[in-house]
Amino acid sequence: MAWIYRYASPATFYPVAGVLAPWFMAAAALLAGLGLYIGLIAAPTDFQQGDAYRIIYVHVPAAWMSMLIYIVMAIYAVLYLTFNTRLSAMMMNALAPTGAMFTFLALWTGALWGRPTWGTYWVWDARLTSELILLFLYFGFMALNAAIEDARRADKAAALVAIVGVVNVPIIYFSVQWWNTLHQGASVSMTASPKMASIMLSGMLVMGLAAWMYAIGAALKRVQTIIVEREVGADWLRRHLGDNAQVGRVA
Amino acid sequence: MTEWLAMGGYAGYVWGSYSVCAAAIAIELWRLRVRRLGALRAARIEAEAGIAG
Amino acid sequence: MSADAVHAGAWAGLVWALRRDLRLAARSAAEVLVVLGFFFVAVTLFPLGVGPDPRVLRLIGAGVIWVCAMLACLMSLARLFAADFADGTLEQMLLSEMPFGAIVCGKIGAHWLTTGWPLMLCTPLVGVQFGLDVTEVGVLLLTLALGTPVLSLIGGIMAALTLGLRGTGALLALLLLPLYVPVLIFGVGAVDAYSAGLGIEGQLSILGAELIVALVGAPLAAAAAVRIAID
Repeated sequence: MAWIYRYASPATFYPVAGVLAPWFMAAAALLAGLGLYIGLIAAPTDFQQGDAYRIIYVHVPAAWMSMLIYIVMAIYAVLYLTFNTRLSAMMMNALAPTGAMFTFLALWTGALWGRPTWGTYWVWDARLTSELILLFLYFGFMALNAAIEDARRADKAAALVAIVGVVNVPIIYFSVQWWNTLHQGASVSMTASPKMASIMLSGMLVMGLAAWMYAIGAALKRVQTIIVEREVGADWLRRHLGDNAQVGRVA
Repeated sequence: MTEWLAMGGYAGYVWGSYSVCAAAIAIELWRLRVRRLGALRAARIEAEAGIAG
Repeated sequence: MSADAVHAGAWAGLVWALRRDLRLAARSAAEVLVVLGFFFVAVTLFPLGVGPDPRVLRLIGAGVIWVCAMLACLMSLARLFAADFADGTLEQMLLSEMPFGAIVCGKIGAHWLTTGWPLMLCTPLVGVQFGLDVTEVGVLLLTLALGTPVLSLIGGIMAALTLGLRGTGALLALLLLPLYVPVLIFGVGAVDAYSAGLGIEGQLSILGAELIVALVGAPLAAAAAVRIAID
């Protein structure tokens, strides 16, 4: 198990994250370029919804990432509480703002997609409602983290909240789904049409991949910042800053 | 080109979605940079103080 | 220590904490009454806000009562551990011989007996305000009986996590209310289904399942949360 602790040390991971982050960002930019080309130019107009359907190329990836990031946060929370690896807590904290951003984007684009499709910006559709509750879960996580001054206690408390949250997410999703069918609310599939053209599907997948790469890149950048904030005064950081100053470049 | 920009009459919805996504990512990257430079500055001040002391 | 001894210790801890908190609550009965007062006032605002049309009130009655019960529960949760945390009793409990999870369980039980249970006793009165008939009130009480302990159990975790922080009340609401959504949906759903002449077994068994999951998981999570707050 020793290797876990070695690679999970902030001092070891800091330069690794610095090397990896630009690659993920570059991959995200390339994939987003390709995805935008497919989605906005190459893919044909949907015969039912016209060009309004093109919103799914950002809506669906945002919704995917909002859920995926919460689950990954909970996995880091479990790792942190079981192995007491500080880096796991830092990764968990680094992911939260990006996850909240994607949740907000899923709601925003969902509303703009709903207006031409359903005739109203907001419907209490099962998916949008669960997404809204997920946004509240992100807010709760970040608010608790911000309210606790002691970093260790904040990490542990936030980890517990993430785990309790992820246990509840499927229950919430299921209950909202049930509630939605009971009240016969608008229940429209977010996919463009039953038999989606493969070019549309591939556009969505490429954009999803781009969002994924971006989320990793942003999280790595943020975790580097968190490491610097937390490790102020550590010898390795002093050496690192000193080395870079001698070479004359900004770390 | 104009036809493409019009998005079959749904320009406001389509571009409203894409532009807010672009803006959100730009804001996140900018905030990230501000926070990162601030943290590095604080760490460097501390490091120099440590060496001098 | 043998398994039996651990078992006996857990039971003793639960009963001890339950009796202690109930005794303290009896000494300050006003606090229980204030929560009930809040419940009544909050429920009364709805007819004033949406108008006295009996059809509308009947339609929203169960939902309003459930939401207000959740808010009342939330208000009293902030005090679940606060006093014991402030005077150091909680730390002594943590170090005591009795298993801490059992003590937390007893405290949560006492919270339900001084919040959820009195709220249930008031519900028939409030139900009349919304024109619910006797059987509908009966179904509502059944859902409250299964659902309000879940509120206290999940609430215990978050109350422990927010111990000693500034602005605890709003933070607690932000953390808890999203987690209360399933209880709300199935609690109100059972009453709605009954009013529509449909079966309610499904909703009640889901509420029961949630109660069992919460009973198994929440005391342990709450005990862990107290340890995090005290360390």
